[in-house]
Parts: sequence; C-alpha cells; structure tokens
Amino acid sequence: MRARLTHWLNGRGFAGILIGLPYLWLLILFLLPFLIVVAMSVATRTPTAPPFGFGGENPLVNLDGYARLFTDDLYIRAFTTSLLNAGVATLLCLLLGYPMALGLTRVSKGWRNILLMLVILPFWTSFLLRVYAWMGMMGRNSWFNQMLTDAWNWLTPEGWAVTSLPLMHSNFAVVLVMVYTYLPFMILPLYASLERLDPALDEAAMDLGSRPFRVFLDVTLPQSIPGIVAGALLVFIPAAGELVIPTLVGDAASPMIGRVISDEFFSARDWPMASSVAVALLLLMVVPTMLYSRAQARADGAEAKPGGQTQP
Amino acid sequence: MKRRPWFLFTTLVFGFAFFYVPILSMIVYSFNESRLATVWGGFSTKWYVSLLSNRQVGAALMLSLQIAVISASVATILGTMAGIALARYTRFKGRLLFSGLVTAPLVMPEVITGISALMLFILMADWIGWPGQRGFTTITLAHITFSMVFVTTIVQARMMQADRAIEEAAMDLGSRPWQVLWDITLPTIFPAILSGWLLAFTISLDDVVITSFTTGPGNTTLPLLIWSKVKLGVTPDINALATLTVLVVGTGVVIAGILLNRAEARRIRDERMAYRSHD
Repeated sequence: MRARLTHWLNGRGFAGILIGLPYLWLLILFLLPFLIVVAMSVATRTPTAPPFGFGGENPLVNLDGYARLFTDDLYIRAFTTSLLNAGVATLLCLLLGYPMALGLTRVSKGWRNILLMLVILPFWTSFLLRVYAWMGMMGRNSWFNQMLTDAWNWLTPEGWAVTSLPLMHSNFAVVLVMVYTYLPFMILPLYASLERLDPALDEAAMDLGSRPFRVFLDVTLPQSIPGIVAGALLVFIPAAGELVIPTLVGDAASPMIGRVISDEFFSARDWPMASSVAVALLLLMVVPTMLYSRAQARADGAEAKPGGQTQP
Repeated sequence: MKRRPWFLFTTLVFGFAFFYVPILSMIVYSFNESRLATVWGGFSTKWYVSLLSNRQVGAALMLSLQIAVISASVATILGTMAGIALARYTRFKGRLLFSGLVTAPLVMPEVITGISALMLFILMADWIGWPGQRGFTTITLAHITFSMVFVTTIVQARMMQADRAIEEAAMDLGSRPWQVLWDITLPTIFPAILSGWLLAFTISLDDVVITSFTTGPGNTTLPLLIWSKVKLGVTPDINALATLTVLVVGTGVVIAGILLNRAEARRIRDERMAYRSHD
C-alpha cells in the first residue's frame, strides 16, 4: 500500500497534486461563486432568507433584471457615468503617462532605477490612504483648493468670483483621483514596451532628416501600441468597476456601477438585480479583456524573438 | 541623445510632483495642531499620541497582519504550484479552463469578486451549515483566492525563463520529481516566490472592497477601520496613520529593492563565473 502510494506520488501523482490542488481551490472559491452570480441574475426576488427563489413556483429563468438595465434610468445613468469617468481617466493617464514613460527611457541609468522605484512606491502604500490624501487636498479650506480658487478668480470675469471651488463630490474629483491612483498601471507597461525599442531606429530616422516629433509619430508610437493597449486596459477595467473612489470623493446623486451593485445587494436586498448589474458589467469587461490578452500574446511573441531585451 | 528632450523631462517633473505633493501635504498636516484637518494651526505631535494610544487601531492592525501573513503564505504555496504546473505541463485535460481561472481574477472588478464570495459563503452556510459566522476565516479564504493568481503570474513568468536542462539532468541521474522540485526548481525560482509572497501580503493588507464584503461582526481590519472613518470626512489622526504607513512601506520597499538588486547581481555574476569555468 505504502509502496504503491510512493509510486503514485512519484509518477502521475506529482503532476496531479501540482495541478489539482490550485485547480480545485479556484473551482470552489472562484468559479463556483461566479456561477452563483450568473444563476442569481436570472433568479426571482422573494421576501425569504436568502432573498431569492429559483424554480418551484418561481420561473426558472427570470430576465426582469436584465430588462430593467435598459429601461430604468438609474442603471443607464450608472453605466454611462462609469464608462465616461473610466474612459476620461484612461485617456488622461495615457496623455500624462506616455511622456513620463518615454522620459524614463531617456534619463541616465542611475536616475532611471530611482525614478522607477518612485513610480512603484505609491502602489505599495495603502490605496485608501492615497484616495484620502486627495480628500485633504480638495477640501474647501485646503491650500490646494485655495490656490486653484485664486487662479480661477484671476482668470475669470469678476462676476464669477468664488470663495472656494466645489472640487469634492463631483465627477471631476473621481477622475482626478482615478488618474492619481492608476497612473502607475499606465506608466509601467508603457515603459516596458518603450524600453525595448532600438534607439538605432530613432537615430536612423533623424539622420535621414526627420524632425523629432515626426520620428515619434512614425517610429516610436506605432511600436508602442501593445504597451498602450495593456496600460489602457489596466486602468480602464478597475476604474470602471471602482467602488472606493466614487464613494469617498464622488457625487452621491450619480453613482457608478460598483456603488449600484453594492447598494442593490445591501440596501435593497435585491440579490438578483445586483447580480444582473454585475453580469452586465462583466460583459462590458469581456471585450476589453480579450483585446488585452491578444495584445499580451503579441507582446510575448515579440519578447520571445532573439535579441529582444527582457523586462526588468 | 544629442538633443535634450525638455518636454519629456518637464512632464516627468510634473508627474512626480503630482505623485508626491498630496503625500507630502498629508505628512505636513499630520503635524497640525488644529482639529480642522486642512487648516494650519501650528506644529503638534498630538495626533500621533492619540493614534498610538488608540487600542482599536492596534487591534485592527494585528488582525490585518495575521490575515495578510496567513493568506499570503497559502496563496504563495497554491500560486507557485499553479505557476509551475502551467509552465511545465503544456498539455493536460482542462488546461484551458485552468489558465482561464488564473487570469480571470486579475481582471475581475473587486465588487463582483466580493459580492460573489459573499453569496457563496451565505449559501454554503444555508446548505452545509458552514461558515456559521463570517469573519477571520472567510476574509482569509477570499484573500487567498484573489492574491494567489498574482503569485502564479510572477512564478509562471520566471519559470518560462528558467533553464530546464538542469532539471532534466537531475531526472536522468535518477532524482525523484519531488527531489527535483525541492532541490532545483524551488531554489531557482526563489526570488520570484519571494516577490509573489510580498505582493500577496501587500494586496491582502491593503484590501478594502473584498474584505468589506466577506467580513462579519467584530472583525475590523485596518483598511476597514480607515474606510469607516474617512467615509465621514477628513480626520487628523488618519494623516498621522498615513505618514507612519508611508514611512514603514517606504523603508521596506527601499530595503527590499536593494536586497533584490544585490541578489540579482550575484545571480548574474555566478552565472558568468559558471560559464567562464566551463569554457
């Protein structure tokens, strides 16, 4: 018996345990809960505990939740707000992150390591505290708000003068804090793809008489598209489903999807509706995710080519 | 570069100011005498005193650290197994689903991960009577699940670079698979395992959303405590807490960075030596 066990452990058992244990874990604690959400999204809400019915006197498939997504103004607005906020934040991250990543490839090696560490450092500190830092910055009495207020009063006609700007509890605040917290996710993949580029190509284009900006448009930008796609998705996906940032600095009157899901679940105790919204959000994520994995596969293919530098 | 790219350097300066001015502002205001967290009222360390004498904060920190150590360790074991399996076994039944299961949690919005875990725990309590009460165990289970896939990503990437020849040589010389794993594979990928553990630890320590869905009565982790406080607005003692966090994390990251750099440099040097003696 023992001998057979040893034999099994050193044969098929080795792979079996290595694969089986994490597989089983993810099946029970990731796939099963996910399937529960999908099933719940077509269940019917009941006054029982837990508050749903499925089969029996209730219909087996109840699509009311999904229908409400298209008819109820609350969900339409939540989805629009989320996609808009996440989209603007992604665009701003790209506009700020791209020149930063490109700049990082142009500084000396010693500086580069220090600056890369400084990009990553905020990521290791608490996410919540980074959001909180901006709550302090944007408050009506803060030095930052007063500075912006002075600038506003100086730039605009006298009649528009204000004592402080209403920065907090607005979509502006949500986008600003999203850019702040997710910018490293944009910079790092961009840097990884820009750092791999061959500077000889730049020099060749320059020698042939191209102006620096043309070199950027014709040589650098097209080669960094996988990095742009990766960075954009790493920012857009968490931003669209964000719960913490809009709760703390957002406008409570126009909630984002994350907040709607959580409110449906806890306040309204409508599990099927919360699940329908969740599934709809996931479907919206599937398209960008597939784009991402395709870009990733292409980037990995490029990396595997001989002569390509490995990532730091 | 012959030309200095001034535009890029200006953006870098602006970008880093954007990163660090809010943090510096928070640090400065943690020494503020005034109760109004954003109005300067003179220098004081009283918020640190009130923070350090706050038992609730200490208990929440202890709970967070316990959960983070346990979940990071289990996540590292499971995640490393999955990473090695995916790198070594290119064909087995259900591999496609398996690789899907280790990437999906990376892109799953936290709200959905949290709510699905919560529904699972509630329904399980209904069906099999466990978990009777949500708290330490349920939080830890949820943390393991979403942090192990980060470990897998790191380990798998490292395994792809690793040289298989040494493992094969050991097998040819009669080593058992477990011996090869223990004596060769794990030492080779140890830096990746270590960074995986650190990442899992940080993710667990920092998590608000999934924790808030899977916690039960009386189980307040540090992020949950901060979350409940800052929802009500800016309070000065959170500035002090943030300053201490930045200090601890900053020191930790710098030390870890130096150590990892040194280990990497040593590895490269050893490899070069090995090649040279081989020639």
